[in-house]
Amino acid sequence: MALPNKPLGELAAVANPEVVEHDVDLLIIGGGMAACGAAFEIKKWASADMKIKLVDKAAMERSGAVAQGLSAINTYIGDNPIENYVKMVRNDLMGVVREDLIYDLGRHVDDSVHLFEEWGLPVWKKDANGDNLDGSKPAPKLTEGGKPVRTGKWQIMINGESYKCVVAEAAKKALGEENIMERVFIVKLILDKNKANQIAGAVGFSTRENKVHVFRCKSALCACGGAVNIFRPRSTGEGKGRAWYPVWNAGSTYTMCAQVGATLTMMENRFTPARFKDGYGPVGAWFLLFKAKVQNGLGEFYANSDSVKDELSKFMPYGQSPVTPTCLRNHLMLNEMKAGRGPIYMATDVALNAFLDAKKAAGMNDKDVQKYWKHLESEAWEDFLDMSVGQAGLWAGANIEPEKVGSEIMPTEPYMLGSHSGCCGIWTSGPAESWVPDVQGKPRSHQYKWGYNRMTTVDGLFTAGDGVGASGHKFSSGSHAEGRIAAKQMVKFCRDNASFKPELPQSAQAYADEIYAPVKRYLEHVGKTTAADINPNYCKPAGLMMRLMKATDEYGGGVATYYMTSGKLLNICLDLLRMLREDAELMAAGDLHELMRAWENYHRIWCVETHIRHIEFRKESRYPGFYYRSDFPTCDDANWKAFVNSTFDPATKEWKCEKVECINIVETTPWI
Amino acid sequence: MPSYVDPSKCDGCKGGDKTACMYICPNDLMVLNKDEMRAYNQEPDACWECYSCVKICPQGAIAVRGYNDFVPMGGMVHPMRSSDSIMWTVKFRNGNMKRFKFPIRTTAEGAANAYADLKGANLDDEMLSTEKALPAPTMLAK
Repeated sequence: MALPNKPLGELAAVANPEVVEHDVDLLIIGGGMAACGAAFEIKKWASADMKIKLVDKAAMERSGAVAQGLSAINTYIGDNPIENYVKMVRNDLMGVVREDLIYDLGRHVDDSVHLFEEWGLPVWKKDANGDNLDGSKPAPKLTEGGKPVRTGKWQIMINGESYKCVVAEAAKKALGEENIMERVFIVKLILDKNKANQIAGAVGFSTRENKVHVFRCKSALCACGGAVNIFRPRSTGEGKGRAWYPVWNAGSTYTMCAQVGATLTMMENRFTPARFKDGYGPVGAWFLLFKAKVQNGLGEFYANSDSVKDELSKFMPYGQSPVTPTCLRNHLMLNEMKAGRGPIYMATDVALNAFLDAKKAAGMNDKDVQKYWKHLESEAWEDFLDMSVGQAGLWAGANIEPEKVGSEIMPTEPYMLGSHSGCCGIWTSGPAESWVPDVQGKPRSHQYKWGYNRMTTVDGLFTAGDGVGASGHKFSSGSHAEGRIAAKQMVKFCRDNASFKPELPQSAQAYADEIYAPVKRYLEHVGKTTAADINPNYCKPAGLMMRLMKATDEYGGGVATYYMTSGKLLNICLDLLRMLREDAELMAAGDLHELMRAWENYHRIWCVETHIRHIEFRKESRYPGFYYRSDFPTCDDANWKAFVNSTFDPATKEWKCEKVECINIVETTPWI
Repeated sequence: MPSYVDPSKCDGCKGGDKTACMYICPNDLMVLNKDEMRAYNQEPDACWECYSCVKICPQGAIAVRGYNDFVPMGGMVHPMRSSDSIMWTVKFRNGNMKRFKFPIRTTAEGAANAYADLKGANLDDEMLSTEKALPAPTMLAK
């Protein structure tokens, strides 16, 4: 008997939570790689009297995108010129990137990787014969001349099941457990009451007890990852959880920063990775380590055909690179699928057997071939088991042995992020260096540096990792390094503004009332029907999220339309999102878990709205394969090789989109 | 259902204030029902199958059943995690089994060097605390 209606979760919410106020100097919001980098670095610069707090929605040991582990570190510069890293990122992201931020990332990232190895992360090495050693075998460290196992030019292999645990351990020790609050979800940043465009605090709530936390701070780092479940996923049942990016990333970084007036950049960029179908297991090791190729449904290895070369030549200079940009690889795959030549397979069988055939041809005896195969098989499975166990589960359930049969790959639903092969995010200052372009006479939304590296256009507000826009391909290591960069600059900002006394414009109780509004609505109306989820007075977060994903999928270029949209469709989408935003004010939450879902939805709606707004503003298709505009179907460098930046004015509640000049720092000839 | 709990093994972490699975789940899915003293996954369609709860459970009470909208029944992937390695058992639908063991860390738990006493040199340059020098770009655009 379900009646009477009661909250679904174990931790029922009350109408009037306890309110706790905190005064700190430096506030770190988030617990993933970037926030862990900040936690490690910040006390090395802060004076003894500076108060610091880190607030994480989850538990740092397993929070963020690296929670499950990783099988590779995708950014390690090593012996490569950093300039070549800039060129690679610039080409993959179709030319429109902040080269100052990318170069800066490239010059810091290896230091973080060296720390990871020192802390205990096992890094694969090459032995004297050129064979792979796993990270537990005795070998010199990277800093001692050890040779990592390079898959591509920038990637190195690791045994990374405990990657995040190791990194979080160092972060927690450095910052001190007493300065860390877990299971507190920050939902809003607050501007200062007196000083314009200055961050003064943040508010959130505990997902473990009925408590609202109100923070006053002089500087904040907002590093809460990218956005997932903003477009309808291909799996809409239980498998909805098997998102490619972490399903708990709700666009909080972008929304919270945008709402206080931080300028956003390249929010039109999205990432729709091609991954193993349904399980969304990684393909990088298969392409790079095992040299696997993709095959269409006719058995053709289409990637090197003449028609493909012709197609790529339409997107110069990007298409001519030896490594085809990620979006264009998707574009080629979609062309096959749309022409009815699907499905697309990763030919894992061909790839693995080629290794065995090569060993046999070189005269290896059967016993050694068997031993070699065991090692190869183990490497192949580890790739999934380290970072995408669900894919291994799918193979086990479907009796798939990769040496016997290929597996289908498929472009996923769109995600928003700034650290992987995507570059949406927040417009930040680059480093205070002479080689960073000095744009005079324009507002910060057009400038490249304004004194504090990785500070947003809002004074005192910093971001890192998925938060920093126009600078993709940081991955886990780069996000950590970027958190460290931001942490030092936060301390500098705090020192330079020592006399600033943050004051919030509203009372702590007013923020608590706003945060708990969905609870009050639930308690007021829950008895008015006989089914708690069906009630004309409120909507539940789960249903609202489905409504959001349906709107974006059908009108914003999701999988339903093969990523195709148009000005007409985008404007319909914006209308639907406007009503959705209004109705979000009617969400109800009976327990603390549901209250978290409600606030995640507020964040999702806002951030995907900026995405749609940017795609609408940019009258071209910059990322064919990620999205297309039918009314402007090509990549138009003559008119649109520029950033699109947008700023929400918290006072007038108006959005402004503008075109911003994209300045090259690294040589453009040769392009790669 | 993604992760699920075996009631014959789960002891609710004896009602301690840190139920292990509830402490660790990155998506706040695992909860303790205090009347039954058993934990459960409260939102299976939001489970990433990250296995954090499976790996941390002191009773070995948690396992994963593949997503019911695309994984055929009968397979199973299950880890045993120690302080320095992880052993995976992969059982196929047809009964075949594979086992893999991988290292997970090369130092003792708790041994990560936090450089607690290190102080950065110059707050007004761009160097991080453990760095000694920084390059500037060459090969510049004209």
